[in-house]
Formats: sequence, structure tokens, C-alpha cells
Amino acid sequence: MRHSTRIAVGPVQFRIGSDWPEPITALEQLYASYPKDDARSADATVRLLAARPWRRWVRPSVHIGGDFVVPDALPLPLSMGLLAAEMGMNLQVALGWRRHMLLHASAVARDGRALIMSGESGSGKSTLAALLGEGDWRLMGDEFTLIEPEGGNALAFPRAVSLKNEAIAEVAARVDAARLGPLIASTPKGDIRHLIPRADAIADMHEPARPALLLFPRFGGNAAIEPMGEGETFVRLTEASTNYVALGEVGFAALTRLVRETPAFGVSYPDSATGIALVEQLWAETK
Amino acid sequence: MPEPTYRAAPPDALRVEPLGELTAIFDRRSMQTHLVVSPMPEILEAMGADDCDAVTLAERLAQHFDFDGADDVQPILAERLSELAAMGLVARA
Repeated sequence: MRHSTRIAVGPVQFRIGSDWPEPITALEQLYASYPKDDARSADATVRLLAARPWRRWVRPSVHIGGDFVVPDALPLPLSMGLLAAEMGMNLQVALGWRRHMLLHASAVARDGRALIMSGESGSGKSTLAALLGEGDWRLMGDEFTLIEPEGGNALAFPRAVSLKNEAIAEVAARVDAARLGPLIASTPKGDIRHLIPRADAIADMHEPARPALLLFPRFGGNAAIEPMGEGETFVRLTEASTNYVALGEVGFAALTRLVRETPAFGVSYPDSATGIALVEQLWAETK
Repeated sequence: MPEPTYRAAPPDALRVEPLGELTAIFDRRSMQTHLVVSPMPEILEAMGADDCDAVTLAERLAQHFDFDGADDVQPILAERLSELAAMGLVARA
């Protein structure tokens, strides 16, 4: 790779290489305030490859490569190099990480206790976490939450938050423009703009938090809270975990424990303000 | 036709964790997670070390559960046993 950088997000050290300088420059700006430890070996490698050597000069387009490669990963135009890097980082963690149980879930923490939100794309888990992280919560991550198999604690993975479509304006109105990355318009996922987490979220990213509340948000519809039984929560979280099967009995033990010890609710909400109010209400009730 | 007999999984092969209305069973041999509902966990518990068929199983379960004179207990248990065998949680003896 002609250009490369290293980024540490939570416990994961990434090495990201690219045939072009632009995605690396953009990543280094976005992750400038993250602690650096270039001496540490990389846990995951992401490669942004030119489709063919000459394509580096003519209509550049980015392929995602790395330790794990998904055959149908989209080639993206160079203007979306940052998105390609983000997708590559997610892919390497989702497929390769074994030290913790990985949940496709956002999380925020308060007083050493974690609120974990799991849901499909569009459920609003990322936006809710970003907005809570601008209040008196510590953002742990908008995409992945790691669960320690031995102790059951949640670990943060506070990558730059990937804001999509309407969430961009909603969050941009509340934060310093210096914390926002460039607008990446019309990607396969719509418009995307990254938010650099608050300094405290980055400084405390190695601080574990005890899972205290599991929520399954659903954006749209009337405000509603529905308690979720242990069985349904277990099934949903096996679906939300990218490495449950690979972890074998360790994953089974970690997940049964998480489900038994953590109250879980489905939450529907028509707008972010209502969503945040419901979260605060449930948090107060589970204390 | 005689009732087919079944053998329980070896001790330590299964890790059984009740989760409210469901029971999660981790099979250490296949590394698979099975989610079952009643009466599957009760059947597995009643299997014991020796081979057993639906008749023996019905007798054992009757010691702990009130079947209230129902006459379809055996065929139902035979069906459940064959389902547990298909999941690999019990084996044909």
C-alpha cells in the first residue's frame, strides 16, 4: 500500500492502507484526537485497492480488501473513500474479532453502567446514541458494542459516528462544525457525514461499563414501551451478534448471562425527542 | 411395531440454560445452539443414563407431572423424541 495509517478504536488497532492519499488524509483528520500507539501490532487490516492499476489514474474507484474479503463488496468512487474505509473497518471487526462477543448495537454509559441499543439499520440506534452522547452520557459506540466473556462488562468501540440522511442536520445543529467530517452525498446508504465523538468519549474509551439496560428501538409509530422476555432477547441478540457462532460456548455463556442480568424493552418512538424521553424514563426505572 | 428407544446425550455434552419461556441448549459436540420450549427440557431431564422409549418416558414423567388421564401422552412423547433425535440432542439406541 502506498499510503497507510493506524487508528485505535477501543480495543481494536487498525492498519488502513490505500492506493490513494485522499482516504488516508480524511481518516487522519477524523481520528486526529484518538490516542496513537504505532508500536502496537494491528488487529485488523483494511486495504483500499485500486480496481486495476490504471484505474488509480483514470476514474478512480475503491475496492475494499483486508484480512476478510466479501466478494460482492461494492466498488465505490474515490470521493467515497472515507465510506469505503469505514465499511472496511466494520467488516474486519465483524468477521475477525474473537476476544469479545460483538453486538451490532450502539451504546452509551452513565455512572459506569451501559445502555445498549440493538436494531437494524434505520431503527435510530445510531442517532439516539449520538444525541445522548451530546448530553450527560458517554458515547460508547454507534455501531458495535463488545461484551467481555469473562466478566460480562461492555466495552466501547467509539469510531466516528456515521450520521445518515435526516440525522445529519439534527446532530449538526447541536455540535461544533469542527467535529463534523465532510458530507458524503448520494452513497448507497444515502447522505453520510461523520461526527467525531466528544473528547470525554475518546479519553474514556477503554473504561468498561456494566450492562444495565437493553433496548430495541424502532423509529416510527406511536411512543410505546414493551418489556421483552429473556427468550426473545436471546434470539434477537444472537442475530445481532456477528461472532456468536464463532465463539462457541464462550459466546453462549456470555449471551445467556447478559440476557439474564439485563432488563430488556422494545421501544417505538415517532421522533428523537420522544425516543430520548423514553430512554431516560426506562433508565430511571431500572436504577 | 415396538417403540423406538433413545439414548440421552453423554453427561457434559449439553449445557442447558432456561431463559424465561424458552430454554437455550448448547451442544458442545456440534457447537450448535438449540432453542426449545416445554416439554423438551423436561424430556431431556427425564431421559437418564439408560435407553428409554416413549412408554418408559411417560411413566417417568408421570411421577412429576399430572397427565390427568390423557391417552395421547405416549404418541406425543414419541413424536417429541424423534424431533430431539433430529436435532441431535438424543440418539436412537
